[in-house]
Amino acid sequence: MVLDFENGRDLALGLLPELILTAWAMLLCLHSAWRHRESDAQRQAGWLSLAGVVLAAGATIWLWRGNAHLDGIPLVVNVDAFRWASTLIILTGVGLSTILSIGYLDREGINVPEYHAMVLFAAVGMLFMVNGADLLIIFLGLETMSVAVYVLAGINRRSAHSAEAALKYFLLGAFASAFLLYGIALLYGATGTTRLVLLGVQAAHVTAEMTLLLRAGIAMLFVGFAFKVAAVPFHMWAPDVYDGSPTPVTALMAATVKAAAFGAFARILLQGLAAEQQHWGAVLWWLAAATMVVGNLLALAQRSLKRMLAYSSIAHAGYLLVALVPGSPAGASAFLYYLLFYTFATVGAFAVLIARGRQGERDVTTDDLSGLAESDPALALIMAICMLSLLGFPGTAGFIGKWYILATATGGGYTTIAVLLVLTSVISAGYYLPVIMAMYMKPRLHERSHADTVLPAVMRGVLVAAMLAVVVFGIWPGRALYLARVGSSGFLVTPVPATFASPSPLPPGHPAPLPPGHPGQ
Amino acid sequence: MAAFLQSIGYEHWILTALLIVPVAGAAIVLAAPAAAARSIALAVTLLELILSLGLWVAFDPSLDGMQFERVIPWVGTYGIEYHVGIDGISLMMVLLTTVLTPLSVLGSWAGITTRERGFYGMMLVLTTGMIGVFVALDLFFFYVLWEVMLIPMYFIIGIWGGKARLYASLKFFIYTMVGSLLMLVAILYVYFAAGRQSGGAFSFSLEHILRHLPTLPLGTQAWLFGAFFLAFAIKVPMFPFHTWLPDAHTEAPTAGSVLLAGVLLKMGTYGFIRFAVPLFPAVAFHPTVSRIIITLAVIGIVYGALVAMVQPDFKRLVAYSSVSHLGFVMLGLWALTMQGTQGAFLVMINHGISTGALFLLIGMVYERRHSRLVTDFGGIAAVMPAFAAILTFVSLSSIGLPATNGFVGEFLVLLGSFQTHPAAAVIATTGVIIAAAYLLWALKRILYGPLEKNENRGLTDLTGREYAILAPLLALILWLGFYPQPVLRRMEPAARAYIESAQRAAPGAPDVAAREGR
Repeated sequence: MVLDFENGRDLALGLLPELILTAWAMLLCLHSAWRHRESDAQRQAGWLSLAGVVLAAGATIWLWRGNAHLDGIPLVVNVDAFRWASTLIILTGVGLSTILSIGYLDREGINVPEYHAMVLFAAVGMLFMVNGADLLIIFLGLETMSVAVYVLAGINRRSAHSAEAALKYFLLGAFASAFLLYGIALLYGATGTTRLVLLGVQAAHVTAEMTLLLRAGIAMLFVGFAFKVAAVPFHMWAPDVYDGSPTPVTALMAATVKAAAFGAFARILLQGLAAEQQHWGAVLWWLAAATMVVGNLLALAQRSLKRMLAYSSIAHAGYLLVALVPGSPAGASAFLYYLLFYTFATVGAFAVLIARGRQGERDVTTDDLSGLAESDPALALIMAICMLSLLGFPGTAGFIGKWYILATATGGGYTTIAVLLVLTSVISAGYYLPVIMAMYMKPRLHERSHADTVLPAVMRGVLVAAMLAVVVFGIWPGRALYLARVGSSGFLVTPVPATFASPSPLPPGHPAPLPPGHPGQ
Repeated sequence: MAAFLQSIGYEHWILTALLIVPVAGAAIVLAAPAAAARSIALAVTLLELILSLGLWVAFDPSLDGMQFERVIPWVGTYGIEYHVGIDGISLMMVLLTTVLTPLSVLGSWAGITTRERGFYGMMLVLTTGMIGVFVALDLFFFYVLWEVMLIPMYFIIGIWGGKARLYASLKFFIYTMVGSLLMLVAILYVYFAAGRQSGGAFSFSLEHILRHLPTLPLGTQAWLFGAFFLAFAIKVPMFPFHTWLPDAHTEAPTAGSVLLAGVLLKMGTYGFIRFAVPLFPAVAFHPTVSRIIITLAVIGIVYGALVAMVQPDFKRLVAYSSVSHLGFVMLGLWALTMQGTQGAFLVMINHGISTGALFLLIGMVYERRHSRLVTDFGGIAAVMPAFAAILTFVSLSSIGLPATNGFVGEFLVLLGSFQTHPAAAVIATTGVIIAAAYLLWALKRILYGPLEKNENRGLTDLTGREYAILAPLLALILWLGFYPQPVLRRMEPAARAYIESAQRAAPGAPDVAAREGR
């Protein structure tokens, strides 16, 4: 369907997922104003919120299948496959972490029904980050998300660590936002626009005296986003924040907040600044290299499982940056594929951590999982698949994701960073494997050491489905790879000659045929 | 027989069946009660063996190139295929695998008493992985199997292994992973290079890449070869990449050791034959590289043998002897003569049989005595005469006594390498002598002399099951010792193809065809 944003009805259709979520978040606010004393209220709010997420996802799929696109160039929000794909990834992460949090908040005695409204507000912000066609929309989305997540980090008022996490996140987040905003201002100064498409045109024809301004703007933008995705050397806040926040919030931050920030970053780079790839490509190269090396080495040194996962998510930010280095649409599809299954595996790992731990899970070590395979084989298997997928082992979707990123980098002529990626992956085996080792190869610490390791049946069911997806798409990645490629088809302009081309025509009959000129054809 | 096989379309489905049967068997094992696990695993591996025996008959030794080929698109848009096929050397490796797996299942019959379902399930998945590596002709498919195989072996060592099993399994995993991930980058590099050269036809098919790979600058080729080399050299293992091997072999349960030594090590040398050398002959046989590899091979032969001599643990001794034997394989492959290559192929088979048998024998005595230290034994030939006789015989075959399989292989390697690298061949010969020293010395201390230790007086001789395990291996040792011709004949086209591929881009290399009179 063709949407014309001059028309109110089309505008509403084009923003349907965002509108649904906003309305739902307000509904939840009303709900929690009405009922917030009983512990039931929180649970109700949780399921209600999940229904909203599912509805929004349904709307997204409907729009994608209906091949919704814009009449003319996108000036405020984009209506393209990249938006749908990233929206679905974000909603998946939000939904999974909501299911996690319902049982968790109950167990930890955090009776705050507003939690779920906050999650939805954060989700709205994230959706605007990935759909924005204007730097200011992206910035507004980012702030909406960030403020909500600051609150979520500190939602456990009785925990000092939680408060510390919220404060740290807030201060450094504000700092990053300032950088970002300044960068946007400089870009506006250099090109006279904040609209990505126009920026893309203008950036290619910047006069010599404005070049410095443009570059400085890009640099500021990089600092801002590097903070948000916790890329080294702007990662200092991440471990403490991840560690102190309630674990479902940590899962949300490690998977989905990161996904949204990356989505926005990728869009800005590929849609707005593609012409400058030879300059920011090199910066991104070093950022990716440092993030992979430092993230993996620090993760290796952790004893606490939660901290290990926090640092490993930094390492994964590095892998995702590698996908963006060549600045090709193939990079964007690699990155979408990677993000989806990274979300599954990360949330899965945090779910197992929640099942095992108590009081914020800060002191659960790898050895606390010893012998889990004997007490609860299903849970151990879920964790093992998550670890193998995060490690990027063949047979899991994590491997295909990593392979795709490697292919993008190698195909774009960046072999060195690909080599660095695989070498740092080997380091990651040093902390993922001991988890498997503890579960399968070490005896239980004592007879009842897993007596209170419980995962609610719903969560278990959801995780089994997620792990099934990880394995199935690890073996038959064709369909998901295709969707990921469609998802990147909006980025037509490609500054690098060597794109990750594919040999054979696409399977026929898909509702969204690739536009001509895309390397997929 | 051949006509019957043809009538059932054997050549179309056999390789696929060999890959699917073990995995399906693993699923059955996991679903069945634990007590039945070992019987099911035995039945599945025997079925696999029977199915694979048809390959011996149906394989046409007069044909060059691949047979039983099968191509099914997998991820079409990226040119990834399920592409399988075998030539002579793959044939032998597949048969070696299918022979050794039922024997290792039988060898674990009494030794594995915990989590049987998991163990036999892993064994079967491992079987699929091993066979897959030997039949894959698509680089992506090969890579996936090469890696996937790590997991079952990791668990087999880590769960059912000895005291230091955690350390050994992690070391095994990480060593292998370092090499193979770099190989993945190299695979992607040649994929793009060949794809661009062919005008946009991107495919991971080995044949396609070999045909279209442009002549890259020698420096680039050297890096790419280096990545493949590292992956395969760690697996072989070549000196100095061998340090994971003694730990892994010693800590693994009997079946794990048998398959590690018998099959997994061959994947390294097979990788050189199938991928590294044909893709980058100019580097592989560049005078400098060739000299380095031959030097490392010879060091491996002598060093492995010398270190084996001083091992107090018999299993560790055999593990180090593998380093030495695989050195012969590498020497034979780099000699670039018909005899050397054929010898190397033969040593790959022989080492699987002899070392597999040695590990099985060690497992048998370990189950009785719960020790592998050479000094804990002495004179047990008095209480276990049949065991002593068989261990002596197998050791002699491992040393390379004429009329056993070991002799033919190592003799051909030495003969072949003497023509092109006489100095290396002479030093390598000392490896054979030291092998005699360490094995005979160990035998003397374990089997012969007075029976002094009281714990050893009660040892019982081999049981019927153990005879059943050893009999096929003994028969193979004798058969290959006296009449290796049928095996050599089947491997000959593969050996010739290997040498031709090596000479393709290395005009300076010795002209083998002329010397062999072909």
